[in-house]
Amino acid sequence: MIEIKDLHKSYAMGQNALHVLKGINFTVQEGEMVAIMGSSGSGKSTLLNILGMLDVADSGSYTLDNNPIKNLDETKAAIYRNKFLGFVFQSFNLISYKTALENVILPLYYQKVGRKERQERAQKYLEHVGLGPWASHHPNELSGGQKQRVAIARALVSEPKVILADEPTGALDTNTSYELMELLQAINDQGITLLIVTHEEDIARMCKRIVHLRDGVIVEDKKVRQVKAKRDVE
Amino acid sequence: MFKTLFDKDTWQEIFGSIQKNKLRTVVTVIGVLWGIFIYIALSGASKGLDNGFEREFEEVAINSLFVWAQRTSIPYDGFRTGRRLQLKLDDNMYLSQRIPQLQYIAPRIARGVFGSDGANVKRSGKSGSYTVYGDFPILVKIASKDIFEGGRFINQADIDEERKVCVIGERTQTELFEAKENPIGKHVQIDNLFFKVIGVHKYTPGGGFESDSDIFIPFSTFKKLYNTGDNVDWFALAAYDDADVVAVEEDIKAALKVKHRVHPDDERAFGSFNLGEVFNRVKGFSSGMNILSLIVGIATILAGVIGIGNILLISVRERTKELGIRRALGATPGEVKMQIIIESVFLTLIAGILGIILGAIVLAIINVMTADTTSLPYTNPTVPITFVLGALALMVGLGTLIGLIPAQRAVSIKPIDALREE
Repeated sequence: MIEIKDLHKSYAMGQNALHVLKGINFTVQEGEMVAIMGSSGSGKSTLLNILGMLDVADSGSYTLDNNPIKNLDETKAAIYRNKFLGFVFQSFNLISYKTALENVILPLYYQKVGRKERQERAQKYLEHVGLGPWASHHPNELSGGQKQRVAIARALVSEPKVILADEPTGALDTNTSYELMELLQAINDQGITLLIVTHEEDIARMCKRIVHLRDGVIVEDKKVRQVKAKRDVE
Repeated sequence: MFKTLFDKDTWQEIFGSIQKNKLRTVVTVIGVLWGIFIYIALSGASKGLDNGFEREFEEVAINSLFVWAQRTSIPYDGFRTGRRLQLKLDDNMYLSQRIPQLQYIAPRIARGVFGSDGANVKRSGKSGSYTVYGDFPILVKIASKDIFEGGRFINQADIDEERKVCVIGERTQTELFEAKENPIGKHVQIDNLFFKVIGVHKYTPGGGFESDSDIFIPFSTFKKLYNTGDNVDWFALAAYDDADVVAVEEDIKAALKVKHRVHPDDERAFGSFNLGEVFNRVKGFSSGMNILSLIVGIATILAGVIGIGNILLISVRERTKELGIRRALGATPGEVKMQIIIESVFLTLIAGILGIILGAIVLAIINVMTADTTSLPYTNPTVPITFVLGALALMVGLGTLIGLIPAQRAVSIKPIDALREE
């Protein structure tokens, strides 16, 4: 599903270049649930941004679902993002003046899906994350966990190949975090590939594979026995 | 692009972001609204002034002029200087043969103007001194006379038969007749001769020295009554519309100088008053006003539109994150730009239409207030529809151009940076 080879990325910091990614080689199969771990500054967010086509690598190759991702201009990147990827952010990134339903509709709007179908699909995914009755609520009327669920519904609605989540539980308390992970696990069980950036060990343990980044290189890449959020915690 | 423009969803997105900040929208709209309002009110007002002047002059042929005789100031052809000149009836034929640009010539003679005594007019015990004119029917072609219902002006038969008939003024009627008495067919005594009243004329402003008490009688009758022979006091003349009135005026004077044997350089021998020239000057003034209002109006619109651009720029800055989210979710830079430009044009257009409506209301109020005034040269303030449409087109154009700046700014920030911003 995802294949990256020898990925380098550096940022200019005044006179010095900050070498963030120093040759990442990494493959993700369809249906995997991967946690990318590392302390801050390890390059995990940069990696996710490159995977999400929000940022471009300096060198190396990136193939997503057999499509080589290169020479991206903004328009092409936007179309790829819309078609292949779903995003979940730490700070939810919902549009505050739109209702939950309208937020979920947005990717479909940019996919030029017809109005009626959009509404139905968005409603379906809101119900899928357990927020059917909250469809007409604005983000400020929802709790943190609910907001993140809306964001997950929004990521799912375009039926992407991969969902990229950047610290999805970073702003949530433990209970809510586990509920959310349960939802993500359920989504993964339906065959959707998930990449989750986190620095929390317990969250990482709920994935099927943990990739450790340190100073821009992968120091460890292991498959783990998945801890089921629902069954194993409590 | 047109698909986007007519897509209901596009508009929903735009209304969404406009409604998000109502105060911002209102303030922005007021800027342009004010601009177009000033433009409409100003050009309507100057059009009203234009129409007002037009009305002031409508009773008179706009290419008309008056010529009278004075004294010579240069000795010529054996005559001494200071010779008093007298216009004659045959000058009429002489001028019309030599100056093809002349459309109408009306010889006029009068008692009670230029310092002479008025005629003594009597009727059943009432009397007064009034100005009496000896006129030809052709006069109405140059300075129209509004005759009240049931009456008429002097006609050719009156001239031919030297009839003792007269047209009296509104004031003459009220002074000599009882209220509600119909003067038509009644007789008045003008310098001891009985005249039958054939019409009452309305006072017409703009004619210059005429008033609401003037009495008009046939030229031939005047000549016989006062024994003035073929003397003419002055000529009222009208040139064709396409003629240059100033040149015509010179030609007339030159011709009269030849006929009356006056030195060609004698500037004082004949006097003239060129209404056409005055009219053109007034027209020039009001077209100057039009240009001024156009410039001021467009400048104000421009200021308003720049205000919209400015506020959109701020709003784009405020919405950096939102736009970043939209782009992460698959909005292309083109779509983001389009949304902001349409927002700009839409706001401009709404403001413009409101401004036009407001301007129209103000003009309507001015119109009602000035409808009955004759003292103020102000009639029917309107703005030609082409001006209105032109202003709207200008606003759409400017709105698009100014929208490009914030639109470009919106997409110049990478979505990743936009998302990072807290």
